[in-house]
Amino acid sequence: MKFRTPLGKVRGLGAAHTGTDVFWIQRLTSIASIPLTFFLVGSSLYLIGADYEVARAYISSVFVAPALVLVVIIFLWHMCIGMEEIIVDYVHSPTVKFASLIFNIMFTVFLGLTGVYAILKISFGT
Amino acid sequence: MTGTKPPTGRPLSPHLGIYRLTFTFLMSGFHRVTGAVLYFGMLIPIAWLLAVATGPEWFDFVNSWLGTFLGRLVLFGYSWGLIHHMLGGFRHLIWDTGRGLDLVSIEIFARATIVGSVSLTVAVWLAVYALGGF
Ligand code: HEM
Repeated sequence: MKFRTPLGKVRGLGAAHTGTDVFWIQRLTSIASIPLTFFLVGSSLYLIGADYEVARAYISSVFVAPALVLVVIIFLWHMCIGMEEIIVDYVHSPTVKFASLIFNIMFTVFLGLTGVYAILKISFGT
Repeated sequence: MTGTKPPTGRPLSPHLGIYRLTFTFLMSGFHRVTGAVLYFGMLIPIAWLLAVATGPEWFDFVNSWLGTFLGRLVLFGYSWGLIHHMLGGFRHLIWDTGRGLDLVSIEIFARATIVGSVSLTVAVWLAVYALGGF
């Protein structure tokens, strides 16, 4: 063992044996995003020129509010995984890479919490 | 650890500079670019929702920004990016089933993606202006 190089030790063991779960969730969120995109575009068309009360009533209705929460969570989950992939592909400096990965998580969580908070506030607020 | 360093200079993925620029290459890159643009673009719907949650003044304020020429341009770009990325992603999902990986299909897919995304986006914006009010 003493004379074996690190590379020699890992040769033949295959890949990391993890990571397919990320790939799989990326596909699931992709599929889920397709109907959600139609919903988002449709809702935007409905809300063109709508005044404040109409927008509020629409967003807080029983079917729309949960669907919007889904849009926020699924889109953000999907884009977080996607951005992580972009970062590890192009950013080779460890410092910048870790900073970017941390920013990615904070950006996603911040947007997600803000979005869900807004939808709930519209739904429950008076 | 013997201190032996692994050989350096191994290729890192992806190395963009070594390929001939083809249309399919361009569409592949565009999928990634639209994904990254949509990433930051998510600020817009979230900001809009927050404005609705905050009150009529904020609602009017954000809407008036979105209604400017620049705002419309950004929204147009956002909708095109979203639709293009959706169609491009759909293409990826077909590939994931093992179908459509031959050279003829990928060329057709690439063309269908861009033609489809431009037509759908134009259709959406025709609907926007047909519905008036914006
Ligand atoms: C509308 C339906 C959508 C579908 C069908 C879809 C599909 C996909 C697929 C299949 C990939 C993986 C591409 C690959 O393996 O190279 C991907 C990547 C990505 N997506 Fe989406 N997506 C959708 C919406 C979104 C949205 C709304 C966002 C952002 C808010 C987004 C952001 C990203 C990002 C950042 C990537 C990584 C780009 C890359 O790795 O090349 N996607 N998408």
